[in-house]
Amino acid sequence: MNETHHLRRMTTIWVVLSVAADLLFWFLVGPHVPPGRMTDTAKANQFDFNVLFVIALPVLIGVWIYLAYAITVWSAKRGGPDPVGGESARTNRTAQVAWITITSVVVIFLAGFGTVALVADHGSGGGEGPNPVWSPAGAIQAETAALAGRGTWSPNSNQVLPVQVIGQQWKFTYRYPTFGGFESTQLILPVDTTIAFNVTSLDVIHSFWAYQLSVKADANPQINDVAYTKTTQTGQFTVRCSELCGIWHGSMYNYGNVVPQQKFLQWAQSTEAANAANTKNLPPFAWTYVPDANGASGGYYPDGTATPYSTVETYGAKQPAS
Amino acid sequence: MTERPLATTDGASTASRGPWTQRPGWMSQHLGTAIIGGIIGYLFGHWLGNAVSSNYANIVNSGQNSIADALALIFGVVGWLLGIGALNYPLAKLAGRQPGKETEVQGWSKYFRYSTNHKTVGLQYVVGVLLFLFTGGLLAMAIRTELLSPTTHFFSADTYIKIVSEHGTIMMMMATSIVVGPLGNYLVPLMIGSRRMAFPRIEAFSFWIFVAGYMVIFSALPYGGFPTGWTGYAPLQTQAGPGMVSYLFGFAVIGMGMMAAGFNIAVTIINYRAPGMTWSRLPIFVWSILATAALLTLATPTLFAAGLFGLLDKTAQTAFYVTEHGGSSYLWENLFWFFGHPEVYIMALPGFGIVGEILPVFTRKPLFAYKVGAAGMIGVSLLSFFVWQHHLFQSGINPDMRPLFMLTTELISIPTGFIYLVGMGTLYKAKIRFEIPMLFAMALYFNFLIGGVTGVFLSDVPVNVTVHGGFFVLSHFHYTIMGGLLFAFMAGLYYWLPKMTGRMMNKKIGLWHFWTMFIFFNLTFFPMFIIGLLGQPRRVFTYAKNLQGLNDFSSVSAFLLGVSFLIFFFNLVWSLYINPKKAPANPWDSLGLEWQTATPVPAHNFDRIPVILSDPYHYSEADAPAVADLGDDDRVPVTSSHDGSGAA
Repeated sequence: MNETHHLRRMTTIWVVLSVAADLLFWFLVGPHVPPGRMTDTAKANQFDFNVLFVIALPVLIGVWIYLAYAITVWSAKRGGPDPVGGESARTNRTAQVAWITITSVVVIFLAGFGTVALVADHGSGGGEGPNPVWSPAGAIQAETAALAGRGTWSPNSNQVLPVQVIGQQWKFTYRYPTFGGFESTQLILPVDTTIAFNVTSLDVIHSFWAYQLSVKADANPQINDVAYTKTTQTGQFTVRCSELCGIWHGSMYNYGNVVPQQKFLQWAQSTEAANAANTKNLPPFAWTYVPDANGASGGYYPDGTATPYSTVETYGAKQPAS
Repeated sequence: MTERPLATTDGASTASRGPWTQRPGWMSQHLGTAIIGGIIGYLFGHWLGNAVSSNYANIVNSGQNSIADALALIFGVVGWLLGIGALNYPLAKLAGRQPGKETEVQGWSKYFRYSTNHKTVGLQYVVGVLLFLFTGGLLAMAIRTELLSPTTHFFSADTYIKIVSEHGTIMMMMATSIVVGPLGNYLVPLMIGSRRMAFPRIEAFSFWIFVAGYMVIFSALPYGGFPTGWTGYAPLQTQAGPGMVSYLFGFAVIGMGMMAAGFNIAVTIINYRAPGMTWSRLPIFVWSILATAALLTLATPTLFAAGLFGLLDKTAQTAFYVTEHGGSSYLWENLFWFFGHPEVYIMALPGFGIVGEILPVFTRKPLFAYKVGAAGMIGVSLLSFFVWQHHLFQSGINPDMRPLFMLTTELISIPTGFIYLVGMGTLYKAKIRFEIPMLFAMALYFNFLIGGVTGVFLSDVPVNVTVHGGFFVLSHFHYTIMGGLLFAFMAGLYYWLPKMTGRMMNKKIGLWHFWTMFIFFNLTFFPMFIIGLLGQPRRVFTYAKNLQGLNDFSSVSAFLLGVSFLIFFFNLVWSLYINPKKAPANPWDSLGLEWQTATPVPAHNFDRIPVILSDPYHYSEADAPAVADLGDDDRVPVTSSHDGSGAA
């Protein structure tokens, strides 16, 4: 059998299987791929995953078909060495050039595609650190106002809602600066709202992973790690710590809820009122907190001068005069 | 087995040194004296640590003294090295004395001594890495046992996280040496036509410090373990108990071995090639070992320094990684991964080299696109220094660098793809012989493909949000390291053990080993991709109830995967000791130079330095030309390997 026959046969099998597998995946599996579609980010990240998968499947299938073909067609009869000579033993320049070109084009396309997706989707729900470069409209104003204690949020106002996530061994707590800075173990979010998560830690590195929201941001002590998403569906979501943080890392999870805007406002206002006495004893709201001279067994103090967009100032912890 | 004494190690010819003498038994140094030295050093260090730091308040409060722990381990390693005799030569030189004659002990006891014969070191490494692998594997079984149920716990959360950490650390440190140590040391001189490595004492040092490192890392368990995983992130590292000292110092110790081994191998390959062994005739395995050696030499110092910083933080109250005192937890993350990503390729490249070496033999074809393959390995090793921040995509550091690191990470799949070009081109219209080494080599192509493609998913920042830090990434790197490197190592063992031991491995048991390992490896780790996508983070002792089915499937497969390793060990014992079958001189009809020497390999490898005439892949010609002129009796033998043989 000559060369073209082998290649033509493999190519035919490859095209048929790849097209079938891609179509089946895209329409049957794709819509159910994690992290679902609860937020804009989740939807975009699901789309990215599916695009990568549709490109990856033909690659996998191609190599598998080739290996299977080689095993069945080109296996040797039992016996001594049987050297392969002639044309097929030569190194084929066209094959090399084609291989390198195709892999390069695919890889550079993927990098470009990923970059566009990352920038267009405001960091894709990943932690952007204290100096986000891809902020959604209104986020910086909302964050700055919240830190100064002047933040507001009302239903149907299209305002960004800042939420602080505080990782600590071994739980997450949440502060709502627009509602007097109360702290809660419940994470309740309004639907159809852009959320600015400000993630920090009181001890070791944790990672705030709101699975269905497609948000993941490491919680570093004395660092404000900002991540954005926009909620689009109501419902429950899971929060897990995804950075090893010690013994009880495995049980560091809880559940949050995305609720209608009016319901969120009621919850926030009633919790603010109910927690008012406790809130007074908390450190004043800040993007990061440092332990006092007694370490974690003492109190935590805010870094009073830190703004959300300054790496330098987050380091300059101010402790109250004793 | 009779061997002639090893060539003197400082380059002078054997004749000028007089006869070799055997040291009397009680003066000779071996594993036993090393253990005694280690114990004495440990006790002395512990006493010293307590003596110098007994006024520290933290000791009174905690009952722990990490200074004593650290000094105990440091002096323990020094005592170990003194005991094995690693420091005899440098100490004698330091004292201005001519070092005494060194003896190459004959018989089995040489494997327990500071041997400067690269073949002895290679076999020592085989046993060493297998011991490492077996320990790490047992810990993996414990992990999968715990994950059988989300609610019933076999271990406490505390014990579990320490098992996970120890498993990761031991396996990672084992995997850096699993090919370079045994096969690199044994085969590189044989393949390049050299009589020895460039620095035989450094070679012996790299093995014995590797063993010391293994014990230091393992000492974390009696110290109470460490809770950080193999990545050891600060500030958890700073917070952890004395087991962390073992981890930090263990990395430094193993790091010294890695640097020594890498440096030695790189110098050997560059300078000790026989005449005619041009770069374009170098076996592809040697190319891969050269690329790996370069990475070992250049990347490991970062780990070494990072480990020492951590050790200082824990003992001398410095604050490299302590944010409250002006340090930064990001410093560890960056230092660690600046080593850690080249490390990943330290664990991948030798596997590519092995399959590249094996494929032509069992397809009876020349290696396809040899130059592209070698370039791919060099390309991978260069690019590997520019991708480390993809481990930190969600960590909060400089977001504007993410597109760049996404690009470099994805670019690395181009040179990695060259390895597939080489493999698939070589298979084209071949006459494939399915011996055990070939099966393992082809399994690498199957497994590594899945590992590589999922790596592209991980490098894409938007997708990374979901898959980072979960079982998806865990499965990905098991597919590349275990599915790639470990399968290649097995291919290499089945292929070269006949040369190294003179005995054939049993094929029937080998087939059982291959098929159980291949099937249960895939059944263990493939479900983990789905488990990860469904939201299970790494290193957790409990998980969502709906994931129990998949986790149980994975666990049961993992136990059967463990059985496949028992089959392998049984095959080793059966084929080497119980029912040994003498191996033919060249059982696979290979053209490689390493198969042209006698078996067992003489102490000098070659009676005279061979002259290399061609690359070893001329399988397409029925009467393949000789790869090398090994010398005829009527020629004047070349007595020194230092004849400026650097090749063209």
